[in-house]
Amino acid sequence: MKRTLPALLLTAALVVTAGCDGSGGGGDAAEANAARGPIDIWLSNNQEELAWGKAMVEAWNAQHADQKITAQEIPAGTSSEEVIGAAITAGNAPCLIFNTAPAAVPQFQKQGGLVALDSFDGGAAYINERTGGTAEQYKSPDGKFYQLPWKSNPVMIFYNKTVFAKAGLDPERPPLATYDEFLTTARKIKSSGAAPAAIYPAPTSEFFQSWFDFYPLFAAETGGKQLVDQGKAQFDSPEGQRVAEFWKTLYAEGLAPKEKYNGDSFADGKAAMAIVGPWAISVYGSKVKWGAVPVPTSTAKPADQIRTFSDAKNVAMYSACKNRATAWDVMRFATSKEQDGALLAKTGQMPLRTDLAAAYPDHFAKNPAYQAFADQAARTVEVPNVPNSVAVWQAFRDAYSESVIFGKKPVPDALGAAADKVDQLATGS
Amino acid sequence: MSTAHTAAAPAPGAAARSPGPAGRGRMATVLGRHPVGMVLAAPYAVFIAVVFAYPLGFAIWMSFHDYFFAAPGAVVDRPFVGLDNYRAVLADPAVRQSFGNIGIFLVINVPLTTVLALLLAVALNRVVHARTFLRVAFYVPYVTASVAVVGVWLFLFNADGLVNSALGPLAPDPSWLVNAGLAMPVIAVFVVWKQLGFFILLYLAALQNVPKELYESASVDGAGWWRRFRSVTVPAVRPATALVVILATITGANLFTEPYLLTGGGGPNGASASPVLVMYQRGIQQGQPDVAAAIGVLLVIGVLIISLVNRRLIERD
Repeated sequence: MKRTLPALLLTAALVVTAGCDGSGGGGDAAEANAARGPIDIWLSNNQEELAWGKAMVEAWNAQHADQKITAQEIPAGTSSEEVIGAAITAGNAPCLIFNTAPAAVPQFQKQGGLVALDSFDGGAAYINERTGGTAEQYKSPDGKFYQLPWKSNPVMIFYNKTVFAKAGLDPERPPLATYDEFLTTARKIKSSGAAPAAIYPAPTSEFFQSWFDFYPLFAAETGGKQLVDQGKAQFDSPEGQRVAEFWKTLYAEGLAPKEKYNGDSFADGKAAMAIVGPWAISVYGSKVKWGAVPVPTSTAKPADQIRTFSDAKNVAMYSACKNRATAWDVMRFATSKEQDGALLAKTGQMPLRTDLAAAYPDHFAKNPAYQAFADQAARTVEVPNVPNSVAVWQAFRDAYSESVIFGKKPVPDALGAAADKVDQLATGS
Repeated sequence: MSTAHTAAAPAPGAAARSPGPAGRGRMATVLGRHPVGMVLAAPYAVFIAVVFAYPLGFAIWMSFHDYFFAAPGAVVDRPFVGLDNYRAVLADPAVRQSFGNIGIFLVINVPLTTVLALLLAVALNRVVHARTFLRVAFYVPYVTASVAVVGVWLFLFNADGLVNSALGPLAPDPSWLVNAGLAMPVIAVFVVWKQLGFFILLYLAALQNVPKELYESASVDGAGWWRRFRSVTVPAVRPATALVVILATITGANLFTEPYLLTGGGGPNGASASPVLVMYQRGIQQGQPDVAAAIGVLLVIGVLIISLVNRRLIERD
């Protein structure tokens, strides 16, 4: 009996805390879809993108005094996806986030955190019209759009012309089209001492790292296959094995280091090449004398047939939003031809629009360095929109790490085992 | 003696309290003999309930359900799944590997921490000059954020780091942090170095309570330094040793920051992944908090068992 009071206090605390589970009710979706008023949005913390966002918000607010946008950077965290996931659970996500990763969309959708954009008049039509056939990759398995395809960063091989010249390679036409050429070039760079590493993708085990080593080459080798299609893993195939064996050779011969580099290996001159998107032009522009070529394939496909990873970020509307009609209008305003042009000019990132080069001819005439990326933007491959998307990528990365980077398992065995696991995860179990 | 007398005699007013009115008796039963004490303790009890008991209970509940985080008001089904999450966890090679890794970590870290902390505390206890400087020097790594000091260790143990430069051809290949056999031991040594200051302080406090007479009589009996250390110091600080071992085990079992930062998320090939790191991946990154909760429950059970065994072994006479 002496323990009665502590027990009561404990019970009371549990009851009080259990009552605070956040089940505050979601309100009427149809009512919210029709409501207008002020909204909050989150922007990426990339300086160039932030400048674009602020200008866009200013332009909107000047015309809509009763529906003002309040913008802020995505709160700091290990990754934006984790911050957004936490905000959905807490019920304090903003109306729009201009940095939603396609790989996280299935998870956010499962959480009940996203608004289907098809629920607005002409929603799907607007997306299809702006983005064209590429939009199909961003549809969820239920056939709806929970994200508006916004911008991509089609990745290519960036190379350092100074290092290539030092290694005795032609810096204007480097032999990098096939796996054999790439390996020969890499060996020359290493043996000549021109750079400590030929290429230095992050060899760490985060789920997203495969987007910048295996996946672009897999997209190119297969002519545009996603990692998973119709619920089945696609990488346990001759093409997937060729790509994995190519990377395995780079690691086995020390042409790509197995240790994490703390910094930017390309900017620091530690690596002669990097796999990057058009954002790199403004970042490396004056620091490195660079060139860009498409990712290699086993048979030297023509450049205009090579596909690559999109590294896209999209706009999504979150279910905590009360004034969704305004949010939908802002989505269309921010992805209008004018705003897309401003984004392209300020950040160098490629709006996900049909026939991009033709839409902004002046920009590409003045900035020819971006032309190759604009051409590549029409041939991108997105991450698959499947259940357990992040777990799927982690399963693949674990197998890749074990077999390709550390050589502990033959490639066919590792990819086969990973494919079985991915097949199971992609069904939603 | 006055103490004995006081204890034997009833305190003034005690007789009046004992057979008092029924209401006061019930109150005393509920609140105990010192209601003010209960009032003072209540906020902490509530704090413990809210930040510890409730999350623990909730985690156990989650581990038996198909649970995922959802938006407020979202209609989601979270059925009871029995031991499914535990089966999934035990069948997952990455989880099994992480528990094995933490076993290696504890085998290296706990004995090394205990022995070094005790030896250094004894040495610091005898130091006359620069005592404060030395104590602070050992304590600084403990209060410095791991994120900051990890950078120093990366500088030391990278493939082209200072240690390999000094070792020259004797440097391990693959290097320390990408070597499956060396990554976890390097992390264990790092954590020993980082936390040593705290455990030294515990031992220093314990050493203040060892009667000097014991050392004097041991010396008179002809005991040398080692004999005095073994027969006087070690038994005298046994309660502190139990505390050090248990705390080192608990903090070690919760290892996260070091493998996350030192070895790029548990590399190479998962050789330095800890259960908490895998919990983070499953629960936060991959949206499977139910699976993460099952890992957490197994970890709590494991740590409790190890701590109880440690206590029995160390505190037995």
